[in-house]
Amino acid sequence: MQFSGRRKKLIGNFQNDLYDQCLQFYGQPPLENISLTEFETFAVERLKLLKTVENVGVSCVKNSEQYTKKLDAEISSLNFPHRGGISEYEKRRKDHISHFILRLAYCQTEDLRRWFIQQEMDLFRYRFNCLHSKHKTDFLHKNNLKYETVSAEEKKNLKDKLIASSYGLSGTKVEEHDVYKVPFQDALDLVRTRKVYLLAGNAYIPHHEIVTIVLNDFRTRLSKALAMTARSLPAVQSDERLQPLLSHLSHAYVGQDYSIQKNIGKISLEQIDALSGKSFPLCMRHLHKALRENHHLRHGGRMQYGLFLKGIGLTLEQALQFWRSEFVKGKVDADKFDKAYAYSVRHMFGKEGKRTDYTPYSCMKVILSNPPSQGDYHGCPFRHSDPELLKQKLQNYKVSPSGINQVCPTTSTHLTRFSTVCVKGFLKLNLVEDAGFSLNHPNQYFTESQKFLSGGRDIKKEVDMSQRSQENPASVTHPSQANSKQAHEEMGDLDSFFQDE
Amino acid sequence: MSTSDYDPACLPDLLPIYYRRLFFPFSQYYRWLSYGGVSKNYFQNREFSFTLKDDIYVRYQSFTSQNELENEMQKMVPNKIDIGAVYSHRPSQHNAVKSGTFQALEKELVFDIDMTDYDDVRCCCSAADICSKCWTLMNIAIRILDRALREDFGFHHLLWVYLGRRGVHCWVCDDAARKLSVAARSAVAEYLSLVKGGEETVRKVVLSDPIHPFIKLPLFLLVILSVVERYFQQYTIVDQDILGSKESVDKVLALLPEDIKKDLAVSYKDEKDPMKQWDQLCDLVERKKSNSRKGGQYFDKEIMLQYCYPRLDVNVSKGVNHLLKSPFSVHPKTGRISVPIDLKELNTFDPFEVPTISLICEELERPRADEAEEDDKKDKENEQEAGERHRIRDYKRTSLAKYVKVFDWFLEAMARSRKGEMLKKSDLQMDF
Repeated sequence: MQFSGRRKKLIGNFQNDLYDQCLQFYGQPPLENISLTEFETFAVERLKLLKTVENVGVSCVKNSEQYTKKLDAEISSLNFPHRGGISEYEKRRKDHISHFILRLAYCQTEDLRRWFIQQEMDLFRYRFNCLHSKHKTDFLHKNNLKYETVSAEEKKNLKDKLIASSYGLSGTKVEEHDVYKVPFQDALDLVRTRKVYLLAGNAYIPHHEIVTIVLNDFRTRLSKALAMTARSLPAVQSDERLQPLLSHLSHAYVGQDYSIQKNIGKISLEQIDALSGKSFPLCMRHLHKALRENHHLRHGGRMQYGLFLKGIGLTLEQALQFWRSEFVKGKVDADKFDKAYAYSVRHMFGKEGKRTDYTPYSCMKVILSNPPSQGDYHGCPFRHSDPELLKQKLQNYKVSPSGINQVCPTTSTHLTRFSTVCVKGFLKLNLVEDAGFSLNHPNQYFTESQKFLSGGRDIKKEVDMSQRSQENPASVTHPSQANSKQAHEEMGDLDSFFQDE
Repeated sequence: MSTSDYDPACLPDLLPIYYRRLFFPFSQYYRWLSYGGVSKNYFQNREFSFTLKDDIYVRYQSFTSQNELENEMQKMVPNKIDIGAVYSHRPSQHNAVKSGTFQALEKELVFDIDMTDYDDVRCCCSAADICSKCWTLMNIAIRILDRALREDFGFHHLLWVYLGRRGVHCWVCDDAARKLSVAARSAVAEYLSLVKGGEETVRKVVLSDPIHPFIKLPLFLLVILSVVERYFQQYTIVDQDILGSKESVDKVLALLPEDIKKDLAVSYKDEKDPMKQWDQLCDLVERKKSNSRKGGQYFDKEIMLQYCYPRLDVNVSKGVNHLLKSPFSVHPKTGRISVPIDLKELNTFDPFEVPTISLICEELERPRADEAEEDDKKDKENEQEAGERHRIRDYKRTSLAKYVKVFDWFLEAMARSRKGEMLKKSDLQMDF
């Protein structure tokens, strides 16, 4: 993208051709001058749009009515190109330019790139699916996406197999529409979920599924483009008009990653058992318990729990001591620990190998990647546990029966609601109505819980008579700085009521 | 063949013999990992890792030639050898490379099947033990995965290796497989995974899809079930006796919805024959399905898959730089050599017949006159040096021979296929 003073005269026709399609692949950067105001506005509005894409994708099932309605509304209100229309030129121009500006802001780190690609893909998928079938085909042609189609004869031979492998495919559809044959590496999403017929390394995609392939293409191109953008970034960043804006854009919308621990060394190992009862989210409590009971955790568990501990402030020395003392109680002697497991603890703290300082896992990461299998204790209990076992576990942690019913996800609970359910657990455990935060990271749970327990926030208490068999801890209403110590002590009584045995 | 002779304490004495008297098939090993020399420095840039005496673990080992590999292994006498990825530079020099440019480029697509992952569904053994009954699980796993990798994904060169105790590996060595990205490996592994969930999950196989209910079973499931059904009755009902005790019946019932559970509890009071009990279960499921307006609910198939379908460790398959135990390694606890499995003889493969290192060292001492004659003849046609001739004779005198042969066939198939590819390429390049 050129920010020099070069003026390019754009001919009227050229303008129209440039933006004759509602949807584009962002292959060519825009070549014109714009004002700084426009630059900033476009960028911020696209960022708002992408943030909406993310939120809507997390709270609704993708492509459901709710999802469509919300996204539609946002796209209209922010003035982005919609479902094709005659006077969309300005909107398409904005779409084009804003995308390229955000590339500058989001190309710098792996995490930023991943986030940007994910939201752009979701947005693209949504807009592609909105296109009329004819326009879809037009798009493929216009963008030179030549996917190999299956001959009529081959289609006939494979018809039954195709129908038996793809949902929503009928005999007539197979006959009338194209079926595409692509190497399976280009259709990974369909392969992974077994939604496609595979033969000898090729995936046979019916026309209505072609969006997945296009998306794959989109992802690959965008990924490469971002890598290239990162290389030319220094030149852009040297422009003082742009540098502050770009840096603001990339920091504004990605959540805290808990990699820089503000509390290093403030936690002692003796506190961990107590803390696990009070301030650990259920997943970490579960892991801690398993570690204490079995004196061992498998790799997935060590990573999830170990990084969490790092995030709450454990130093490397403490971590080594913690893991060693536990493992040594089991089948591992101190020597073996030093040889086999110490390496991986140091690795977590960035002292080995690539020296990457690994960041504690966010809820999404825990929920979506590396599902636990036999012998594992990691993962998100609200996602990965059997409902019955989860109920039992909550009972063991002395959550009240009404609390349990509210907390246990029903089978129809959408995948991404588990963080919300975990927060409900926090509410029930601490007898509050409003946690005051929406959860997306286990360390966030810990921080918020610690804040709450030390009286650092206003809280609304829920009166649950059945639980208050002892003194009246309900007198804590709005702890101020002066009362925080008192509040803490009263909280202590309540907490011991909920401790594990 | 008594393998109770193996004593782990003897391993340090036996390993040098294993590596020196060339049980370890160095030339085939080198041939394998060079892949015909098509890619420059493919062998030289391959990472190996060794586990030495006292559990010392060294990574980033690499070798410039077969000779160097032999010499180093004979010098270091590793207890365990792992194979890693082919990198952009020689792994042994990775520290000298500018940071960020040393990268894993290619590696075989690998799968790891470990019997302990089935502990919740086998009652004959647990943890590190296996027996002929639960070996059937491996048989099923190998069949299903081998078929899927060949027919669905179009791979041709698969090396299945028995690890010596309770697991098998599959090395997919096709060109295309070695070039797969992390995302692609992960997708293949997911495609092949049907059993999901850890300690906390009771029902690990769920076939119905609430978003896209299917009227009849999709194709890939029919294919899988055709294999599982062949073994299910004998293996699960009889050998594992899953309907034999109250405890095991309860485990099965836990996988069913309440109404079927209730009906079965009633009918199981009278019917005690496990085969018939299973039939009753299937009938009830069938009846419920045909009465239901929702899509098919295949509880009986789910049970079959939960008890029999292969359980992979997806993490092993995902990473390009993942280090995996090498074929022809020695298992330190059992002493068995990690040998290739001949799939043509899969039904008769007996893991307890796989030779141990102590056995083959013992066999080495026994003179075998008839074998010696045959080999002398072959040597005359052989153009290799005397030393190697002598060494080849060594392993051929032992029980290891037939397994090395399987490896030879595997290598020959790859060589033929490479030749075919080159001919195709040269044909295309001819300008007529």
